Amino acid sequence: MIFRRLSKHSYVLFTALMSSLLATTAQADYELNMTEGVTPISQQIYDLHMIVLWICVIIGIGVFGAMAYSIIYHRKSKGAKAATFHESTTIEIIWTLVPLAVLIAIAVPATATLLDLEDTSEADVNIQVTGIQWKWRYKYLDEDVEFISSLSEESRNAIPDPTGVDNYLLDVDKPIVVPVNKKIRFLFTADDVIHAWWVPELAVKQDAVPGFINDSWATIEEPGIYRGQCAELCGKDHGFMPIVVNAVSEPEYQEWLVAMRAEAAAVAAAADQEFSMDELVAKGESVYAANCSACHGPTGAGVPPVFPAITGSSVATGDIGAHIDIIMNGKTGTAMQAFKTQISDVDIAAVVTFQRNSLGNTVGDLVQPSTIKSLR
Amino acid sequence: MSTATTHDEHHDHGPASGLMRWVTTTNHKDIGTLYLWLSFIMLLTGGAMAMVIRAELFQPGLQLVEPNFFNSMTTMHGLIMVFGAIMPAFVGLANWLIPMMIGAPDMALPRMNNWSFWILPFAFTMLASTLLMEGGAPAFGWTFYAPLSTTYAPDSTDFFIFAVHLMGISSVMGAINIIATILNMRAPGMTLMKMPLFVWTWLITAYLLIAVMPVLAGAVTMMLTDRHFGTSFFDAAGGGDPVMFQHIFWFFGHPEVYIMILPAFGIISAIIPTFARKPLFGYSSMVYASASIAILSFMVWAHHMFTTGMPVAGELYFMYATILIAVPTGVKIFNWVSTMWKGSMTFETPMLWALGFVVMFTIGGFSGLMLGVAPVDTQYHDTYFVVAHFHYVLVTGALYSIIAAFYYWVPKWTGNMYDEKLGKIHFWWSTISVNLLFFPQHFIGLAGMPRRIPDYALQFAEFNMISSIGGFAFGLAQVFFLYIVVKTIKGGEKATDEVWEGATGLEFEQLPSPAPYHSFNTAPEVK
Amino acid sequence: MSENSVANNNQQNKVSNKQLLKLVMIPVLMFGFGFALVPLYDVFCEVTGLNGKTGRVEASEINQKQVDTSRTVKVKFIANTGNGLPWRFEPVVTDMEIHPGEIYEAMYRVTSRTDKPSVGQAVPSVSPVPASLHFNKTECFCFLNQELAPGETRDMPIRFVINHDLPEDIVEVTLSYTFFNIEQKQG
Repeated sequence: MIFRRLSKHSYVLFTALMSSLLATTAQADYELNMTEGVTPISQQIYDLHMIVLWICVIIGIGVFGAMAYSIIYHRKSKGAKAATFHESTTIEIIWTLVPLAVLIAIAVPATATLLDLEDTSEADVNIQVTGIQWKWRYKYLDEDVEFISSLSEESRNAIPDPTGVDNYLLDVDKPIVVPVNKKIRFLFTADDVIHAWWVPELAVKQDAVPGFINDSWATIEEPGIYRGQCAELCGKDHGFMPIVVNAVSEPEYQEWLVAMRAEAAAVAAAADQEFSMDELVAKGESVYAANCSACHGPTGAGVPPVFPAITGSSVATGDIGAHIDIIMNGKTGTAMQAFKTQISDVDIAAVVTFQRNSLGNTVGDLVQPSTIKSLR
Repeated sequence: MSTATTHDEHHDHGPASGLMRWVTTTNHKDIGTLYLWLSFIMLLTGGAMAMVIRAELFQPGLQLVEPNFFNSMTTMHGLIMVFGAIMPAFVGLANWLIPMMIGAPDMALPRMNNWSFWILPFAFTMLASTLLMEGGAPAFGWTFYAPLSTTYAPDSTDFFIFAVHLMGISSVMGAINIIATILNMRAPGMTLMKMPLFVWTWLITAYLLIAVMPVLAGAVTMMLTDRHFGTSFFDAAGGGDPVMFQHIFWFFGHPEVYIMILPAFGIISAIIPTFARKPLFGYSSMVYASASIAILSFMVWAHHMFTTGMPVAGELYFMYATILIAVPTGVKIFNWVSTMWKGSMTFETPMLWALGFVVMFTIGGFSGLMLGVAPVDTQYHDTYFVVAHFHYVLVTGALYSIIAAFYYWVPKWTGNMYDEKLGKIHFWWSTISVNLLFFPQHFIGLAGMPRRIPDYALQFAEFNMISSIGGFAFGLAQVFFLYIVVKTIKGGEKATDEVWEGATGLEFEQLPSPAPYHSFNTAPEVK
Repeated sequence: MSENSVANNNQQNKVSNKQLLKLVMIPVLMFGFGFALVPLYDVFCEVTGLNGKTGRVEASEINQKQVDTSRTVKVKFIANTGNGLPWRFEPVVTDMEIHPGEIYEAMYRVTSRTDKPSVGQAVPSVSPVPASLHFNKTECFCFLNQELAPGETRDMPIRFVINHDLPEDIVEVTLSYTFFNIEQKQG
């Protein structure tokens, strides 16, 4: 009775293990195995993973098989008499040396893959990736393109009920765009705490450490959109800082670069325009959702005392100069960042105006982007 | 425990009465009992936190808790289970069993023994009190990586640091006591190579403890001075290095995981021979394997850090050293299987838990080998695959061995047999639910779900729900265990002195059940 | 293994003070060792280049005759600011082609964008990691407090040399500086 239950139990375990292997080709709603990815390295890693997995399965069959056999046949209820042997130097040497040989067999391909993985030289595109609580800043080192990428508004609004939301928590406002079949080198660092940039299909996972740079690389062979997440606990919204990589053809990549530069120029030019209160509040609402609501809450209620409320706060209803200062320069020793390094003059003006005239506040004054620009 | 009801004021050998018995006790059995109860309370506390985690992860979206509180839960769950449940349980077992196994009347340093226990309730009260503090409890994971745990941590972190110091002092005192006991108090004829493996593995564990707990104390002290006294050990801004924190932490942390598994090896090596009615296969190779695992554990710490940007040479070294640990660990598993081979096996509850241990610990070992392969770790690191791995090793490994030990020795402790039927239900209930809980986590990890996130993408929903259901069932099974424990202490079928047909060791061969309050006032003769 | 340490009958529980002292010394020493790991780690890093920190040499120590003009190495300069330091910080020249063994000068420019005096401190980091062993600076602004007046712009030079023994397979080196706000780091 017991043995049947026990062996059935290990049978279930193994069927689960086996079915995980079989399911790799059939892409269902959910996946059971590691992705093969879209880079030569990710393929190598996948192959290595499968080799080690199969070795484990075979050893497992041997060990659990021997166990099951003695559980079935060497039981007292079947009249088994206990033998008295309790050592055998020969056997002990064999089962020390055989695993050692198996391990060496694993170590050889693993070493080769590791050397490839770490070879970041002679890249075509260099992208500096900076982790910030809780978003990513991307800087194309040779292209004068720099932007911040954070969780998409759609995902953020869906947090209470994400049913049916496409790519929930895996979507950003601005994806990074890279050319296919080019060696892309990522240089990682962080502004505050340690983050880790991980895109499974690229087989890139590297810690972003404040004060230090790490690098990794990928040559993407198939155009497509690849998604990932931060993989090192970095505080409250660690689970909400996704990564989206859009791999496109070289001409499309060049077009995108041109468009990004044009957008940056437009943003700079907008700083000299005058905006109405309604325009600023409307724009400020989306800026607030993307940059402030994570801590201060979508309604401005905050999570006191760590993350103060905006509604009725002495800053947001007091002197506008102090209000602008704290948004631009942050507050040292707290999670409040210096947003002037992250968002544009228009966005700062908009979000200040929004906070003073919405979220339950009715101060009635506004600030123009030109004022922000002069304060830089 | 049962002796509490039969105490006699005029009898020298009985325990004192009332609450003060427990506060002032220097008796190894009383202190063992205190440790075990503390560890049970901590298991249920940490388990309740795990229930909060699994409830939040039951479906995508945030329904129950704020992300910050979720992070506090994962942090406290890890700390409480490691330092509050598993480690004190093993110390409790050591207190109960080592003097009886080596033929000693008590521990070598009984007054220190009292201290090392009574520090712990204060440490855990202090740790738990952070949950009520302004700014929230520590929320940086049980590994507390800087600078999240220094510059960016809540004020309650200082209480966490102090609590870790207290736990460290308690562990070190307990370990010194165990070493002194084993080295000095063995009965005549009990040579080192005749000691039961539980005593051997604890001796090795105790040396690991006194070697690495102070390193942890050093790490948290550096955190404290970084936070308050202007040093920059881990702060890049002042010329420090956050990655160095991880090196120091894992220099403690890796031996720590062996501290939590070596005594388990000793327990399993006691139970399997009893129920196979056959001596342990390869006793001396078991001793050498335990020692080599302990030594190797000091040389592999950076395999937790393959993604921090180590040079290739470092990654290669740590990969080779790590997968080398599979050799002595494999030897142990092969030895256990060979002990069963051609035995005459029966399957009482302790044996079931021990067999469950061997199977599922081996599965945890396999995923450990996979994680040790550095390039592939790029994909596994910090995902649910890792979570599945260490829960297989620590829950179905360490915790299973502790439960097995309870069922195996409780008749000797209380004189009462546990209820065999309930014990079997407890085993099957736990084993089915724990696999439902942790096996799917392999899949969601491989599919790309990072660990320590309060909310996840929709494609992980099905397996998370299965995992949560398994989690609730496993949690409930341990409440059921509490019932079994209380029932056994209160009464039950009387155990024989030998307890188990085929049980060996001084505690079964030379002591009555229940074991007297003071065992071996005259040392037994060991053949 | 001390087979002879089996205690005598009845007199078992004597633990000698000497042995106890030895046992207590282990944790005490290991506590010290925890702190000793800090300098040990630095030494370890210097030997292996582990954390990508760069070396520093005196100009006079450099043998200019060992310039390897047959090799060209590309050096990339990048700049970051950390934990909310309100400075604009960038390399004046972002790329350089250099010969190993020769001393070069590069320039970073920093501008304070606040209306208060501010203090920052820079930390260097080199990638790939093994290159940091061969990357030496004769002059550098790093690890020193730099105080900027409101709105001040300052050019900060570094003079560096990449040793001629740089491994052949390294053809590109990235030097990164991060300026941290150190005002918040007060006691």
